[in-house]
Amino acid sequence: MSITREEVAKIAALARIRMGDDELERMVPELNGILNWVEQLGEVDTSQVEPMTAVIPNTLRLRADVVDADPLTGGNRREDILANAPAAEHGFFGVPKVIE
Amino acid sequence: MTESTYRIHGATGEWEVVIGLEVHAQVTSNAKLFSGASTAFGSEPNCNVSLVDAAMPGMLPVPNRECIRQAVRTGMAIEAQINRWSRFDRKNYFYADLPQGYQISQLYHPLVGEGSLTIEADEKAGIPEDKVIGIERIHVEQDAGKLMHDQHPTMSYVDLNRCGVALMEIVSRPDMRSPAEAGAYVRKLRTILRYVGSCDGNMEEGSMRADVNVSVRKPGEEFGTRTETKNVNSVRFVMQVIEYEANRQVELIESGGTVVQETRLFDVASGTTRSMRSKEDAHDYRYFPDPDLLPLELEDSFLDECRASLPELPDAKRARYEVDLGLTEYNARELTAEVETFARFETLLAATAKAIGKAERDVATPVANWSLSVAPGVIKSLGDEADPANATAAAQASILAMADKGEISGGQAKEIYELVLRTGRDPQEIADTEGLKQVSDTGAIEAAIDTIIAANTDKVEEYRSGKDKLFGFFVGQTMKAMQGKANPGVVNELLKDKLG
Repeated sequence: MSITREEVAKIAALARIRMGDDELERMVPELNGILNWVEQLGEVDTSQVEPMTAVIPNTLRLRADVVDADPLTGGNRREDILANAPAAEHGFFGVPKVIE
Repeated sequence: MTESTYRIHGATGEWEVVIGLEVHAQVTSNAKLFSGASTAFGSEPNCNVSLVDAAMPGMLPVPNRECIRQAVRTGMAIEAQINRWSRFDRKNYFYADLPQGYQISQLYHPLVGEGSLTIEADEKAGIPEDKVIGIERIHVEQDAGKLMHDQHPTMSYVDLNRCGVALMEIVSRPDMRSPAEAGAYVRKLRTILRYVGSCDGNMEEGSMRADVNVSVRKPGEEFGTRTETKNVNSVRFVMQVIEYEANRQVELIESGGTVVQETRLFDVASGTTRSMRSKEDAHDYRYFPDPDLLPLELEDSFLDECRASLPELPDAKRARYEVDLGLTEYNARELTAEVETFARFETLLAATAKAIGKAERDVATPVANWSLSVAPGVIKSLGDEADPANATAAAQASILAMADKGEISGGQAKEIYELVLRTGRDPQEIADTEGLKQVSDTGAIEAAIDTIIAANTDKVEEYRSGKDKLFGFFVGQTMKAMQGKANPGVVNELLKDKLG
């Protein structure tokens, strides 16, 4: 499997990463190198192996439905939320105008 | 099954419309799907946002048990397969309302699989008989934030309060064939969600919105290419979108064009849809399993609790009202459509049965008529003069009990209820002090009848010689003499006796 320069350009555009021609030139063989390396795994017969979802036996933990139980994962911290915003006004983030 | 006869009449003949709906329903919970921030509506901007919702580096999502529970209960309510093993995937797209750069959703292994709901026959709406609409799946996912474009000349404002709130995406099969069927589906789904308590169904506040998939075909042919109109937020608009899209597609095809599979937007002001060109790339979501989340595995005890906590559902309740309570189909349907309506009815029914000392079944019909027509009529006629706090079950039961015993007439019941709503006074006391009681005292009524018979000997003769219709005349005269306050049952009996 290999990807083309156009595909790399498209993926970059979807992720809003700007890439110049020289960067694309460098990125295409680099990504193909990674893909080919990973592709070697395809040579192993895994037809009898259950897909593994985690390296240690573990199950998904669930949270109780409580608001702001832990300040790290709760709300009411607008100052912190907006602290790194390039533009913030009246408690909102300000972004370049996007209109449908 | 009798199929819908709804057709678009094109230049080349009749076209059938095929509709599928993806309904996004906000899960009722205190906290968001993957964080502890509040889901409250109408808070100050960006106050209900945690570091998780803002996608700060290093923050990890932990699912809210209640959101999972509500989605499972909803699945059980539509008799769907519940998947004990499901998984979250990342749906990648770049937009200012989504700081993560991806929405956590479930593409490959949804929580809820195949189910269905039944829409009821509605002759007037062109639904000749009950119809089962398939539901393909329900998965849980995060909502996005909100953008405001009209507050600043060059910037859009972003409020992330909704970002990360849990949604259920309920995906129907393309089983609907008319705007009316789609409207009935959304209404029924909303009713079920509200019974279950998994979504408040408030479409104005955006708790429920639909993506409407529409295609057209000549009857019996293969499905045509569909368009998807996003974020339609009322039953009426869903029906408008279908009507507009179906006609647009038929005109397009008949004039030699082809329908393009695309995302469209509904314009409320003009009632039309238009292409969302900027989303051309948007279907390239590059889904992959979210490495931050292990698969979701559900235990028996969890599923048992979900099932045990389900209330009586709309179809079962409607059937019980008809069979056990002996209500008409119309009354049963009206009473069970909204949670508030049946809750009030059941409270009043219990109170009335107790006040009268009869079984619920024996008082169900008068209580149903009172709840659906008499009481709302009185409240409407009073307008602002009615204090809703006075509309207690106890007061209404007391009025219904007096009516049941024949102490008051239907008209008097209304008058008493008016006074109750205005003043909060006790119905019994009102009946006594305001003279709002029927006279069942046979002595008084007999005296009135004797006077009338004496004054109308000719009519008595005519009646006795076979002119039965005159009975009504005597009833009318007696009621008039009693100033409308005589118990009609007693009047009838006494008249029959005396006229022989």
